Amino acid sequence: MSQPSMSEALRGVIRRDLLLAMRHRSDVAMSVFFVVIVASLFPLGVGPESAVLRVIASGVLWVTALLACLLSLGRLFTADYLDGVLEQTLLIPQPLAVLVVGKVFSHWVISGLPVVLLSPLLGLQFGLSGDSLWVLTLSLLLGTPTLSMIGAIGAALTLGLRGSGLLVALLVLPLFIPVLIFGAGAVTNSLAGIGSEANLSLLGACFLFSFAFAPWATAVALRIALE
Amino acid sequence: MSGTGINWFKYSSPQALYPLAGRMIPWFAALALGLIGVGLYVGFFVAPTDVTQGDAYRIIFVHVPAAWMSMFLYVIMAIWAGLGLGLNARPSFMMAQAIAPTGAMFTFLALFTGSMWGKPTWGAWWVWDARLTSELILLFQYIGIILLRSSIDDLRRADRASAVLALVGVINVPIIYFSVRWWNTLHQGASVSITAAPTMAGTMVTAMLVMMFGFWMYSIAVTLARMRCVIVERERHPSWGKQASMPDAVEAR
Amino acid sequence: MFQTVALSGSRGERQLFSDVSVTVKPGTLLAVVGENGSGKTSFLRMLCGLLSPDGGAILWQGKDIRQLKELYSAQLTYVGHLNGIKDELTPVENLTVSASLAGDESSGAIVQKALEAVGLVRPVHRLPTRVLSQGQKRRVSLARLWLSTRPLWLLDEPFASLDAAATSYLTQRLHAHLNNGGMVVVATHQEIAIPTDSIQHLRLTR
Repeated sequence: MSQPSMSEALRGVIRRDLLLAMRHRSDVAMSVFFVVIVASLFPLGVGPESAVLRVIASGVLWVTALLACLLSLGRLFTADYLDGVLEQTLLIPQPLAVLVVGKVFSHWVISGLPVVLLSPLLGLQFGLSGDSLWVLTLSLLLGTPTLSMIGAIGAALTLGLRGSGLLVALLVLPLFIPVLIFGAGAVTNSLAGIGSEANLSLLGACFLFSFAFAPWATAVALRIALE
Repeated sequence: MSGTGINWFKYSSPQALYPLAGRMIPWFAALALGLIGVGLYVGFFVAPTDVTQGDAYRIIFVHVPAAWMSMFLYVIMAIWAGLGLGLNARPSFMMAQAIAPTGAMFTFLALFTGSMWGKPTWGAWWVWDARLTSELILLFQYIGIILLRSSIDDLRRADRASAVLALVGVINVPIIYFSVRWWNTLHQGASVSITAAPTMAGTMVTAMLVMMFGFWMYSIAVTLARMRCVIVERERHPSWGKQASMPDAVEAR
Repeated sequence: MFQTVALSGSRGERQLFSDVSVTVKPGTLLAVVGENGSGKTSFLRMLCGLLSPDGGAILWQGKDIRQLKELYSAQLTYVGHLNGIKDELTPVENLTVSASLAGDESSGAIVQKALEAVGLVRPVHRLPTRVLSQGQKRRVSLARLWLSTRPLWLLDEPFASLDAAATSYLTQRLHAHLNNGGMVVVATHQEIAIPTDSIQHLRLTR
């Protein structure tokens, strides 16, 4: 009788998803490109005054990150659901929540990490500099995994439903609000010269909390979806 | 997952619930009518006029109880949803389903009356006050739950998926409330809070409490009525009660 | 020993089967037969623990699988109606990943051997599965049985879209598994060439 260890199963799930992402590099490129375009539209709409741009920078970049995460949520489980891999994943003799962590991690590497890496450049576009640029990147690094975690619940709940793309946005965006507030708040504070530590710690707390809770909820939702 | 226990709750059948709900509705409806009538009377005619805000403040006799009910009902809905998941009990899911629209209605009422109060008091229909914003997000969550349910055809999945969402939401509500308050103190702009009435006269508190109990009774009556609709609607499906006779239900259609 | 006790299930609003009690002893095969829509797939998914029964229970060595959870998952290999393989990956990659996720040995040589056992020749092993035919994809999915060391196999229409050669490979493999004391539940339309003393039929009706 065979049983993979927990870390073996986790690594297996991550390896497969990253391998698939390598075969679909254009998907990754698309979410990066999306972020760049959306972020570039705002100055065109608001006007090029650097004072205004600096004020809206944190909000705009954070909302863009939210949307990028949202758009890629469809990829999280849908393909696996359609080809039967998800079914097999449910039968792996390890807690499903652990495997979900693997899926979410790969999702973050594919859709969240590029945004984090890109954020200093986007911040420059909006006239951020020095400290606040660094805080923006750090806040996204702490916040985007939480977005993927929470998003996974929505993706699992709407799996295979008609119009699930729009529905998942309606379900998940309200849940993203705390992350948005703390993330954008960190940057705003650092611009204002107030310390951003409090906001960053709260982002960290959100991450830990979602890490403890979201994979479990996602696992329950996946089992419901596959019944 | 769930379902390890005995399915005993399944046998407290909707068929038995249907006539019971029917008998309870008039009582709760009458109580609701009476309490809301008294509450409105006390609020609008007995309670003293506010020194600073004049009579415009009287909308809070609707606003505050509605806001309380919106949150209270969310918690109750989540409890039923959790019970449903834990015990694999269909009537619990039905209760959660029946509560959601009433909760959404009270949330909307709280927002609406809040903005009606805001205009004369602050000169703006909408302020990003922490409580109002949380209330708005609560409305989004109610709508999300209702939409999720309606887009799933399979009843069993619809029940359970919306239950999970309700539970996720109930954990999130305090976090969201806290974060919005945090955000609000950050942006000092609109710091006037709706319930910042400095001294509340005893009659005001009484009126609000009476109104809240009235709304509560109303919620029970409406929820039970909607529960009956849900039962009739599900009765059309052959999976249960094919053989069960439900004369009341036929009559109700 | 694997058994169902008074199992009943429904799909959506429709009752599929009720009061199904069967016992599968080591070395025997249960063939679940019945017309389309009679609930064979639901029955198998229920045996996997993917679907919860409306009533009754499924017992593995006398214990309810709902209590065993992952311990039970570690006993079974399920080949579903869906192949459970990734189109973008090659057959070798697919099998390597699924074997390692199952905790089975997943070295290159073993995976190659399994693919050859289902009649997939070497050049195919390194192509993306996307370009293979339906029958070839099914073979990739079934090749997992050559890697599996688990006692209980649950197979949903394993013979569908297989040609005569592949059918005979699979039959031999099932035979070998039964001789090792394994247990098999198959949903099928076809007769399986297995000695009659080790096979029992369960007919689901609409």
